[in-house]
Amino acid sequence: MEQMISLKNVFKYFGEFRALNDVSLEVAGGERVVVCGPSGSGKSTMIRCINRLEEHDDGEIWVNKNELTEDTRNIAQIRKDIGMVFQQFNLFPHLSVVDNLTLAHMKARGLYKADSTDLAMTYLNRVHIPEQAMKYPAQLSGGQQQRVAIARSLCMQPKIMLFDEPTSALDPEMIKEVLDVMIELAEEGMTMIVVTHEMGFAKKAADKVVFMDEGEVVESAPTEQFFSQPESDRTKLFLSQILTH
Amino acid sequence: MRRKPKSAVTRAVDIIVIAVAIFLVGYIIHKVDTVMIYEWHWDFLWEYILRWDEEQQAYAPNLLLKGLTATFGLVIWSMLLASVIGIVMGIMRTSSRIFFRTVSRLYVEFIRNMPPVVFIFVFFFFLSSQFVPLLGIDQLSVDASPQTIAVLEILLGPPELFANVISGIICLALFEGAYITEIIRAGIQSIDKGQTEAGQSIGLSRFQTLRWIIFPQAVRKVLPPLAGQFITLIKDSSILALISIQELTFLAQEVAYSTQYVFEVWLFVAGVYFCICYSLAFLFTRLEKRTHRIYQS
Repeated sequence: MEQMISLKNVFKYFGEFRALNDVSLEVAGGERVVVCGPSGSGKSTMIRCINRLEEHDDGEIWVNKNELTEDTRNIAQIRKDIGMVFQQFNLFPHLSVVDNLTLAHMKARGLYKADSTDLAMTYLNRVHIPEQAMKYPAQLSGGQQQRVAIARSLCMQPKIMLFDEPTSALDPEMIKEVLDVMIELAEEGMTMIVVTHEMGFAKKAADKVVFMDEGEVVESAPTEQFFSQPESDRTKLFLSQILTH
Repeated sequence: MRRKPKSAVTRAVDIIVIAVAIFLVGYIIHKVDTVMIYEWHWDFLWEYILRWDEEQQAYAPNLLLKGLTATFGLVIWSMLLASVIGIVMGIMRTSSRIFFRTVSRLYVEFIRNMPPVVFIFVFFFFLSSQFVPLLGIDQLSVDASPQTIAVLEILLGPPELFANVISGIICLALFEGAYITEIIRAGIQSIDKGQTEAGQSIGLSRFQTLRWIIFPQAVRKVLPPLAGQFITLIKDSSILALISIQELTFLAQEVAYSTQYVFEVWLFVAGVYFCICYSLAFLFTRLEKRTHRIYQS
């Protein structure tokens, strides 16, 4: 399968701090990649660089055969291919659920309200909350909000979905409903990069697991191999820490 | 929200404070009545609000009512213009480009660090002697077609005062716009960065994100300080009397001088300003409650 995302020797600095250190990563179309690692290891920075929420300082990032550069048209094209889900949901609190979904369609792509509402309802059905369409984000539970956020991204019909710790801000009982939606998405063949600590999700849905530490990709292996026979000591330590409880 | 029930002690304190206040007010009224020798003449005010026009055989607005309408016009147009200035400058203030930031910063600092009266003097004499003739506003009432004049009359008042009123509007709007700029800037900056990122990630441009996501939330957040600023604008409009803009304060001054009923005139004018400001505050409180109910439960 051809490459969907490709990072080649990417560096990113925050002042003196080196957040990404020579990161290379290949993601094929339809592949599901889980990125894990301790906090501050550069996982979020990496996926934020992929849709230009952060600018990388050196190296190349290719998305669907476009190289990510300063060019704003280029950035717009790449963002069109990528949907992103945030840890804090980042729903628009002043808009109802359905308006959250239709906003970008109507403003950025010039669709009519009726058409984009139909589309929005399709995706709200897919995340199993069509009945919440007229509510405002503040009236929903965390799990519901995150599912709306997923639907909002899907609504733009991206080729790739990025998840930045999608369940970290959720109460434990709501994590499952979000992961279930993500697993369904994975089963439908969406290309996904998921930054998460949910190793259960990784085992169930990922093709490949990437372990990062101190801005570097320490290990990258097929899921089974990653959990059964990790190579690096740092990976082993990390796995022993998060799998013991 | 439910209030905590008050204890017996605080209730007693409340009652004592209110009793003392009533006593003081009563005492002052009593003193005024017995010591101050002043005969109130309220009834003359009517003829300065409406007068009987012998030629037209109809009631016509007199100075005080003319002043009130002029103040209304001034205030409404200045509010609109000040809002436009404030929004544009406020957005520039948060821009990533240093040029825009510097321009709006200079504007705000220039105005904020100057007393309003001084600013208005400085600016008005430049404005009325240079800028207004430049625009050809004083020629407007001569050259324009009767229809245009009629429309302008509804918007700005009597034609002979167009230049006068427009200078006043620009002065006031420029002055208050600086404060609105700061309010808008604070509002925009108070919105979480995640909102911008979410907007960009679903493919909205910078401007679209600002227009549809950041700005609507920012304005809702700054409604209370914005209301305060509008009320300040109404009150500050009275400063324009100093540069002979024929609004309520200016004309009241004339009435006070010519009739010598100084107390009555100024008390009446104070009451009028109070009513205007208080109704605006009331309106904004309603608006605030409404937006609050709609999106934050």
